[in-house]
Amino acid sequence: MENSRRSFLKIAGISALGMGSISANSVFASGTTKKSSPIGEVSKKADALIAKRWAMVVDVKKLAENDLYKKCIEACHKIHNVPKLKNKRHEIKWVWPEEFKHAFPGKEHEFIPDELKELPFIVLCNHCKNPPCVRACPTKATFQRDDGIVLMDFHRCIGCRFCMAACPYGSRSFNFRDPRPFIDEIDPEFPTRMKGVVEKCNFCAERLAVGKQPLCVEVAEGALIFGDLDDKESEVSKILHSKYTIQRKQVLGTGPQIYYIV
Amino acid sequence: MNNKFKIYDKEIVLAGLAIFVIVITFPFWFNMGKAAPAPELKLSDKAKASKECVAPKAFMKAEHMQILDIWRNSVVRDTNRVYTLANGKQYNMSLSTGENSCMGCHVTKADFCDRCHNYASVRPYCWDCHIEPKENK
Repeated sequence: MENSRRSFLKIAGISALGMGSISANSVFASGTTKKSSPIGEVSKKADALIAKRWAMVVDVKKLAENDLYKKCIEACHKIHNVPKLKNKRHEIKWVWPEEFKHAFPGKEHEFIPDELKELPFIVLCNHCKNPPCVRACPTKATFQRDDGIVLMDFHRCIGCRFCMAACPYGSRSFNFRDPRPFIDEIDPEFPTRMKGVVEKCNFCAERLAVGKQPLCVEVAEGALIFGDLDDKESEVSKILHSKYTIQRKQVLGTGPQIYYIV
Repeated sequence: MNNKFKIYDKEIVLAGLAIFVIVITFPFWFNMGKAAPAPELKLSDKAKASKECVAPKAFMKAEHMQILDIWRNSVVRDTNRVYTLANGKQYNMSLSTGENSCMGCHVTKADFCDRCHNYASVRPYCWDCHIEPKENK
């Protein structure tokens, strides 16, 4: 009798182990195997712009001439269906002008030239190398692409606003209201957002995919330069090597990829 | 007679039971024979002309939401935006933007998406953000 109980426990133990591993297997398998598309192949468009590390250089003085920066902002907000909300607390912005002392706190002092004080510094998402918003996002709605762009999957945003708290540049806006009624003319080529979603500049990912530069760069008549920092021959690389440029709050270690020529 | 099977206030209890059964089954017999016919999709001329979708009809009927989900991840995360069928036909992997997108071919939301969605009483929130083709509203 003693012997049979022993063998019973053995068999029971082994079978329990086996069942456990089966169910664990199926759980892990369903988590990791990606459902593939039914019949088609996915690919990039042939003329898509590809880089290892996108960056932008802002020639601040040039951009201030003839209110060029206003054109950039307007163009961006138009194609991305960014609503115009009068209430400051509900405001949505992807690109906007800022005074030197606000854009670069810590870099200003009593004796900086008046000209600098009055220049409009265009600010936008810095597409940081080490983005704090990506770490903060609990749903991975905000993520960093291989080419450095910090992008949002609006479908996945739950509106917790952790990213807004994490971003040291205030680059993100929250839709406190349904934005649709506040868009003058809806551009059908880009979806709007809905209430309860965070949004920000996407470095025109949708334009890069079809071989176009970001719209602000296109509108800026050379005052904004966009390119690949990994490529030594690119215009941005050459400018950064030849001219003195500043970044916003780089001491925080976020590695902002927007550089300003002052 | 055995007293065990006696029901006190038999009439009232039975009448109450009958009313209860009638009330509970009310939706069933009230709607008997009135089932709404299965919706029929009205394909746009463009969709009819192309004769094929990105996948067989039966698959699209049952799994179009999975395709949209896979496409979304592919477009947003992997930057792959072009879908190529085995026969070489290419599509823009987008619900609502551009000629070669879903709505580029199925141009009228009311005749295509809404018919089944209303019938099945599903309310996908695609259109809270995505913009339906304007001219066919």
